Amino acid sequence: MKEFLEGSRAIAEAVKLCKPGVISAYPITPQTHIVEELAQMVANGELNSQFVNVESEHSAASVVLGGVATGVRSYTATSSQGLLYMAEVIFNIAGLRLPLVLACANRAISAPINIWNDQQDSVSLRDAGWIQLYAENNQEAVDFHLMGYRIGEDKSIMLPVMVCVDGFILTHGMEPVDIPEQEKVDKFLPPYKPLYKLDTAEPLTMGLLADPDYYMETRFAIQETLKDVLNFIPKVSEEFRSVFGRDYKDCLVEEYYTKDAEKVIVAMGSVCGTIKEAVDELRAKGKKVGLLKVISYRPFPYARACEALKNVSRVAVLDKAVSLGAYAPLAVEVKAAFFGKKKTPKVISSFIAGLGGRDITLESVREIFRKLTSREVSLEFIDLKPELLQEEYGK
Amino acid sequence: MFGPLVVRPNKSKGDKTGTWRTQLEPKFLRKNCIACRMCFLTCPEGCIEGKEKNTFACDYSYCKGCGLCALVCPKKDIIMEEESGGEKK
Repeated sequence: MKEFLEGSRAIAEAVKLCKPGVISAYPITPQTHIVEELAQMVANGELNSQFVNVESEHSAASVVLGGVATGVRSYTATSSQGLLYMAEVIFNIAGLRLPLVLACANRAISAPINIWNDQQDSVSLRDAGWIQLYAENNQEAVDFHLMGYRIGEDKSIMLPVMVCVDGFILTHGMEPVDIPEQEKVDKFLPPYKPLYKLDTAEPLTMGLLADPDYYMETRFAIQETLKDVLNFIPKVSEEFRSVFGRDYKDCLVEEYYTKDAEKVIVAMGSVCGTIKEAVDELRAKGKKVGLLKVISYRPFPYARACEALKNVSRVAVLDKAVSLGAYAPLAVEVKAAFFGKKKTPKVISSFIAGLGGRDITLESVREIFRKLTSREVSLEFIDLKPELLQEEYGK
Repeated sequence: MFGPLVVRPNKSKGDKTGTWRTQLEPKFLRKNCIACRMCFLTCPEGCIEGKEKNTFACDYSYCKGCGLCALVCPKKDIIMEEESGGEKK
């Protein structure tokens, strides 16, 4: 049934439908509403789950790690500094092959302190071994939670999934969202069956010392499995379509008017909605422009990106995060995808926008299309205020 | 694909740490033993067994030859001596 819901509420409804046995989280803006709603559901008796209050994100992540390790579906959500504080445990969860689902309400990283949206937090943890899915709108945020458990818990995958939702823009934005019926979710998402679990009746040890004789194989196995995930996500997406009717195609990328496009922007998350509107507007004026939305940032769908962009002459990659001192995080992937390929775009320009919550408006998107010329640019910051920049300080 | 992830109980029984021994091995003289069990408690491999006086012995397939049992014995009833040969490993 379609309801007009705040993103956080919609995500909480999706999590409730997945029936996690353990929820643990520590409040941080803009994630707070998600777990606030879940805590309310547990308190009201609508959701039969253990809600564990903790003193930090590090503890929250450790609690849900323990939850999944004992064979119980678990859930947490965080944001920004909270995700960074979890970082150590985030790597452990993937290393132990525990299929947790975590929502990251994307927010900028300190300093200076900033509670608004960009994608620096989750992008900074790209190497942790997690699957990362970026939602454009609240419907996707809901659906990617359902798919997240289905993908991660498959016995051939067994990896955690981070559902990345732009803070405030999605978490606090109201949209009509279709919340599926419980029977359909139960059909799509069977109960979690762990390959192994912590159980006093059948003791075993997880995550013990792996010396140089053993460690490398654990990393190789995750790398290989993430390649399998690129083939598995489309299968789950097809199952999802057959049960719920919504079609995310391969669910790795979404192509929006890319087929005959001369200029395409590559981006992730909610900004894709704004770009689609700009594309519609420019298409109405006869300009051949398009969008390639990256849904799965990890694993990165290199082959799929090549296929979608190989006939496009000019590509702009829009990053809402920076890798300070290097090329932008999404731009490097797109460029790497084409390295050594015969058919490539003539230009792959890289733009940074929207850091720390600066609005990416329709005009910002138009500017990117304007600046996407035959001269390739790298790390071009959009909507920068030069008057705030000075060569010397303290005079 | 999965790498090594979990370990079941008793796995370390397969690790024959006796191969780590280089020169010396303990010899239980069984003359002045008072069954204080200090050797049993101190052994880092837990490979010493015995109950009554002058019954204590170690399992050479796990004994690393660290010498702590000889050091801790209040009656000097355990000594470290040159390995008798490879057959005990």
